[in-house]
Amino acid sequence: MRIKNTTIFSLISTFFLIFLISIWKILATLQGLSINSFNIEILFILGFLISLAHLGIGNRIKLIYKSIIFSSVFVFCDGYFIQKLPIWYNVGVFLILYFFSYKISKYSFNDLQEEHSTQVILFDFLTLFGILFFSFVILFPFYMMLVTSFKTQIALLVNPLDFSINFGQDIKDLFKSYFVIFKSYKFGKYILTSTIVSVGTVIITLLFAIPAAYAVARLNFFGKTFLSTSILIIYMFPAIVLVIPLYTIFSQLGLRNSIEGLLIVYTATTLPVAIYMLQGYFKSIPKELEEAAILDKLSWFGIITKIIIPLSIPAISSVALYVFMIAWNEFLFSLMFLDNPNSFTLSRAIQYLSGDAETPRQYLMAGSVVVTLPVLFIFVYFEKYLVSGLTAGSVKG
Amino acid sequence: MNDTLANTEKKTAYILTLPAVLLVFAIILFPIFANVWISFKEVELKDIRIPEPRAKKIVKSISDEHSKIKILYKLRNSSLLQEIRDVSFKDNFPKNFEIENLDSRCEYKKSSLKCDFGNWPAKYKENFQVIFSTNDGSKIDKKSLKSIKPKLDGKSDNILLNTNFTLKNFKKVLFENEFVDLLLTTFYYTFFGTVGSIVFGILTAQMVNQKFYGRTFMRSVLLFPYVAPVVALAYTWELLLDPNSGTLNSLLLNYQIIETPINLLGQKYIEIGVFGFDFKLRLALTTVIMFEIWRYFPLAFLFILARLQAIPKELYEAADVDGASPFQKFFKITLPQITAVISILFMIRFIWNFNKFEDVFLLTGGASGTRTLPINVYQQGFAISDIGMGSAVSIVIVVLLLMFMFFYFRLLGKRVDEN
Repeated sequence: MRIKNTTIFSLISTFFLIFLISIWKILATLQGLSINSFNIEILFILGFLISLAHLGIGNRIKLIYKSIIFSSVFVFCDGYFIQKLPIWYNVGVFLILYFFSYKISKYSFNDLQEEHSTQVILFDFLTLFGILFFSFVILFPFYMMLVTSFKTQIALLVNPLDFSINFGQDIKDLFKSYFVIFKSYKFGKYILTSTIVSVGTVIITLLFAIPAAYAVARLNFFGKTFLSTSILIIYMFPAIVLVIPLYTIFSQLGLRNSIEGLLIVYTATTLPVAIYMLQGYFKSIPKELEEAAILDKLSWFGIITKIIIPLSIPAISSVALYVFMIAWNEFLFSLMFLDNPNSFTLSRAIQYLSGDAETPRQYLMAGSVVVTLPVLFIFVYFEKYLVSGLTAGSVKG
Repeated sequence: MNDTLANTEKKTAYILTLPAVLLVFAIILFPIFANVWISFKEVELKDIRIPEPRAKKIVKSISDEHSKIKILYKLRNSSLLQEIRDVSFKDNFPKNFEIENLDSRCEYKKSSLKCDFGNWPAKYKENFQVIFSTNDGSKIDKKSLKSIKPKLDGKSDNILLNTNFTLKNFKKVLFENEFVDLLLTTFYYTFFGTVGSIVFGILTAQMVNQKFYGRTFMRSVLLFPYVAPVVALAYTWELLLDPNSGTLNSLLLNYQIIETPINLLGQKYIEIGVFGFDFKLRLALTTVIMFEIWRYFPLAFLFILARLQAIPKELYEAADVDGASPFQKFFKITLPQITAVISILFMIRFIWNFNKFEDVFLLTGGASGTRTLPINVYQQGFAISDIGMGSAVSIVIVVLLLMFMFFYFRLLGKRVDEN
């Protein structure tokens, strides 16, 4: 039992260590270092020995000394004998090992004898592994997008693995892709169009949605349940089904290639979500306030503007942010309705740019950064509002 | 008294909801009916322009005679396919103008020329000429003459409004064009994308439900793929997976894991040998599904996390007292608590993935075995420019979805009954 548990513990922690070091090696490779192999066998032996040694030594040496010894041994073996690499790489390895020894220091021989100890260890390490794995998998494309926009076409072709940015160069050279897309590809105009469309959608949607949501939340009328269920059903409805009829109707009405056309479609598609989210919030406002207002002979307009709106600013702002994000990110309708470069939105412009095979990829990535940054900024800054709203209404996607 | 109050309440409610209802009706419900209508017609992209009678006005001065002028109208039917009936023409002139040659189809009254040109067949063209002179002999200003535009009017059939229906589109959709293959591709894409995103959602939610340093940061990072614009993400992935100088292939080559680059988005099949069995994996489709899972697991993560945080702690404490292992706790407590959320998520994601257009369109454009039904709507309607076919495909999508929802709810209803 004891031997079995010890072996399992060592194996799990070793795999975790291999994973950590591999990610570090990948990142180092992408800084232009020539690392051609992970040396998994050596990592495995070292990791296994360290885990065993940790259990063997126990508390006889202070944690900090123990970690430093382990880390130094590992760095010495891996970094110095196997690969001659710059000092910053070895410092990274040292820190990883220090982190690793700190993590495994929580376990001792006594813990291993407890019931389900291997499962507990597996769960702990899986969580750690998951955190690192998902951070890496999610952030890596974003990192690549950002870095590529600062490189040049030649550098990218010569060594696609060299992601290092030379910060020593002139600001103008560093941000060259951005200057180019704004100057020769008119990205300033596209940003303006996208902003007008998104902000316009937010305003119109709120104008329509607040009264409707108030009616659904508070008033009794024939067809109310029908209305609130159909909101949900319409929300589920596929946009691709609307494309062809809307295209034909908009062509005949001359609404294609116009901001008005986009505004109408975006408002109609975001209204159901907005009404659904708002009415949920309006229902939570105490009714007594309105009853007092009705006694004061306030009209519905007065009730909405003087009571409901001031009380539901958080909900309204989260709906506004959502609608903004949906309109900003929207691609399908802008692809269908816009074919004149003068009326492009940002997403459509980037897609148009990529249609030309000659467009250097760093311009494409610079455009992508430009379209992504505002959304991510809004999201991170207003995260608290947005996450609660996401689970309540959920953005369509 | 009470009655009138209820009545005013009703009235107010209708006033408040009407704008939203009207807009949604016009842009969402009406097009759905329009779609059914169009799907039974033979319509092409070029047919949807309404035919118009057009006239180009050319003003020519006649040499030696300053008080006379020749005006040429180049008349034509803008449509190459449809005739225009009862074309009427009207143009205005200065008061001192007198007409010299009045066409039999026209009359000149109160300094305006009115004509009835009758029916114009498709591609119709005519040069129509009139000569005017001023009755007081004054000089003619050509510019001001040119600035007055003639008005033309005519009746034409809007091909969308006539009542010629055909089943041709549906026959074509269902019996030609590799419908089975399309359906299978769409099903693989939808099903594996849905299941994958839910599995990853469960894993990440379970992970973030633990306490660790940087947990809120982790929560927002996990949502990045879901909130970022699809265009940016798709092109970044394309760059990442590019066979020539993409990062992934370069890394794999660098570590000698592969010998030749793999075209993950451009290769339909890849041969894989497992335990001596060779089978073909649909490579591009798998890659597209991976992207889909990567982009949409955050939604599952959020829903499941919210549910996990609502599970009472006592359940786990009781399990601890009973000496349950972590796996037992997960399978016996956590999983039963989240099945309801998972079944809702499965439905939502299944429906949305079934209709997903942008992701596949941007990554592969539907090439190398990734043509799903929504991609087919676009290709039929806009690449081949057969609007009727595109509509028919989208009707098929709706019908399939309704069938799915019907069976899903029956299944759910049964399971609820059993419990």
